Amino acid sequence: MKGIKFKNLYAHIILIIVSLLSIFPFIWLISTSLKGSSENIFAYPPEIIPTDFTWANYIGVWDKVDFIGYFVNSMIVAGGTVILNLILSAMAGYPLARMEFRGKKITFFAVLATIMIPFQAIMLPVYLITLKLHLVDSVNNLAGFIGLIMPFAVNAFGIFLMRQAFLGVPKEMEEAAIVDGCNVWQVFWKVLLPMVKPSLAVLAIFTFIGSWGEFLWPSIVLTKESMYTLPVGVNNLQGMFSSNWRFIAAGSILSTIPILIFFLCMQRYFISGENEGAVKG
Amino acid sequence: MFKYYGKYAPYLFILPSAIVLVIFFFIPFFQTFLLSFLDYSHNIYKPEFIGLENYITLFNNPVFYKVMWNTFLYLIVAVPVLAVFPLFLAILINQKIKGVTLYKILIYLPVIVSIVVAAIAFKWLYADQGILNYIVTKLGLEPIGWLTDPNFALYSVIIVTIWKGIGYYMIIYLASLMSVPKELYEACDIDGANFLTKHLTVTIPHIMPTIALVTTISAISAMKVFAEIYVMTKGGPLNSSKTIVYYIYERAFENLDLGFASAMAVVLLVIVMIFSLINILFFERNKYQI
Repeated sequence: MKGIKFKNLYAHIILIIVSLLSIFPFIWLISTSLKGSSENIFAYPPEIIPTDFTWANYIGVWDKVDFIGYFVNSMIVAGGTVILNLILSAMAGYPLARMEFRGKKITFFAVLATIMIPFQAIMLPVYLITLKLHLVDSVNNLAGFIGLIMPFAVNAFGIFLMRQAFLGVPKEMEEAAIVDGCNVWQVFWKVLLPMVKPSLAVLAIFTFIGSWGEFLWPSIVLTKESMYTLPVGVNNLQGMFSSNWRFIAAGSILSTIPILIFFLCMQRYFISGENEGAVKG
Repeated sequence: MFKYYGKYAPYLFILPSAIVLVIFFFIPFFQTFLLSFLDYSHNIYKPEFIGLENYITLFNNPVFYKVMWNTFLYLIVAVPVLAVFPLFLAILINQKIKGVTLYKILIYLPVIVSIVVAAIAFKWLYADQGILNYIVTKLGLEPIGWLTDPNFALYSVIIVTIWKGIGYYMIIYLASLMSVPKELYEACDIDGANFLTKHLTVTIPHIMPTIALVTTISAISAMKVFAEIYVMTKGGPLNSSKTIVYYIYERAFENLDLGFASAMAVVLLVIVMIFSLINILFFERNKYQI
C-alpha cells in the first residue's frame, strides 16, 4: 500500500511540473499585463505578482484596438465555416455511406486524396483563384468573408467522420421513413441527421477551434484592418505597440478569453479522448 | 435494402462538396505544378514558360538547402519528443490518481490557445532581459539570444511547437491506453514487475500503432509550421529559423516570385504526400475502408 502511494507521489510531482510549464507562459503574460508604468517589467529578479497592480493596460489597449470588431469577424468566419462544414460533410457523407452509385469508389478515393494535400503547399494558387473569383475584402466585406471561409468550407476529415456516423445508423430507420412516405431529402434531413447529432457536435467543435485559430490564410488575403480576425489582429499588436509589452500582453490575454470560455465549457469533447484525431487543430 | 433514392440523388448530395474540393483543392493542386514552370519575375501579369528553370534556380540556391536542413532539424527534434513525452504523461495520467481532469485541462490548454498568442507569450519569455535569461544568468551562464542568435533561434521556435503539441498527442495516447486489456497489467502485478518493465512489455507493444500514428502526424505538422516562425523570428537571423512553408510564403507574397515559390511548394507537396501515404496505408487503414 505504501509503495503505491509513493509511486503516485512521483506521478503527481511530474504532472504538476508539466501543468505549470503548460500554463506558465500565459501566467507570465498576465503578470506583465497587470504591471503599472512605475514597475520595471524587466526587473531582476522577475516579479510574478505585480507590485504596481493596474488594469490600465487593458483599458489602454481596449481603447486603441477594435477587439469587438476582431471578435465579430472571427465569429462570422468560424460560424460560417462550421455551418458549411456541417451541411456539406453530412450531405457528402450520406451517399458515401448509404447509396450505391456509379463512381462511388472514385469519389471515395478523390476525397481521401485531399487529405494528402497540405493547404500550405497549394495556398498560392488558392489565393490566385480567390482573387479571380473576387472573393477578397478589397471588393467588399461580404466577399472578403466568403473568401476567408470557402477554402475551408469542407474537408475530407469531416466527410469521413459523417460517413462513419451514417454507417452506424440502423437501416430500418430509413425503411420505416420511406414506408411513411418520406422522399430521399426528408430521409436525410428528418431521419438520419438527428441520429448523427453527436458526430455533428464533434465536427462543429473541432471545426470551430481550427477556424478560430487560423492565421496563415487570413494574413494572406486580408488587406483591411477592419476585416482582421483575432489571430491577425493580435499579431498586429506587435507592430502597433512595438515594444510596449504591457499592452501587447494585455491584448493577447484579452483575445484569448473567448476561446478559453469555449474550451472550458466544451472540455469533455477535447480531453475525453473519444474524439481522438477527429480533426487536427 | 430497396433503392429508395433516384438515379441522380447521390450526385446531388455530393455536388456542393465536390465544387468546393475541385475549386480549392484539385485545381490548386495541379496549378501548383503548372506555376512552378512559369517565370513571374519580369512581369507578374504575363508569366513566361521556362520549363524546369525554377527548379534549377531552387536547387542552386544555398537558402534552399538551409531551409531543407532546418526543416529536417525540426523533424528530428520535435517528432521524437512529441512521440515519447506525451505517451509518458498519458501513462502517468492513466493511473488511478486524483486530479486527472485538472491535469488534462491544464496540459491541453496550449493546444486550444491561438498559436499567435502562444508565440507572443514565448517571445516575451525569450526577451533579451526576459525571465529565461534571468534563470540562465542565475545558473552562472551568459545570457542567451534565444531568438537573435542563429545557433539558438530554430530550437527556440521548435520548443514552442513541442509545447503546443504535447496535450494533443497526450489525449490521443490516453484514448489508446484505454484499449489495453487490464488483465495484462494484473498479470504483471502478480509477477511483481516494476513500472518500467510493465510498460515496456505490455503498454508499448500494445499501442505501437498509435505511436506510429503520432510519429507520422507530428512529422506532417512539423513540415507545415508557419505561424510560430512568422510571429517570432520571420525566419531569421540569417535564415537560421526559416523552414519550408515560411520560405514559400516569403517568396510568394513578399518577393512575388510565384514560380520559384511554386517549385518550393512542389517539394513540400511531394514530401508531405509521402508521409500521408505511409499514414493512410499503414496506420489509419481501417478508418478509410470503402
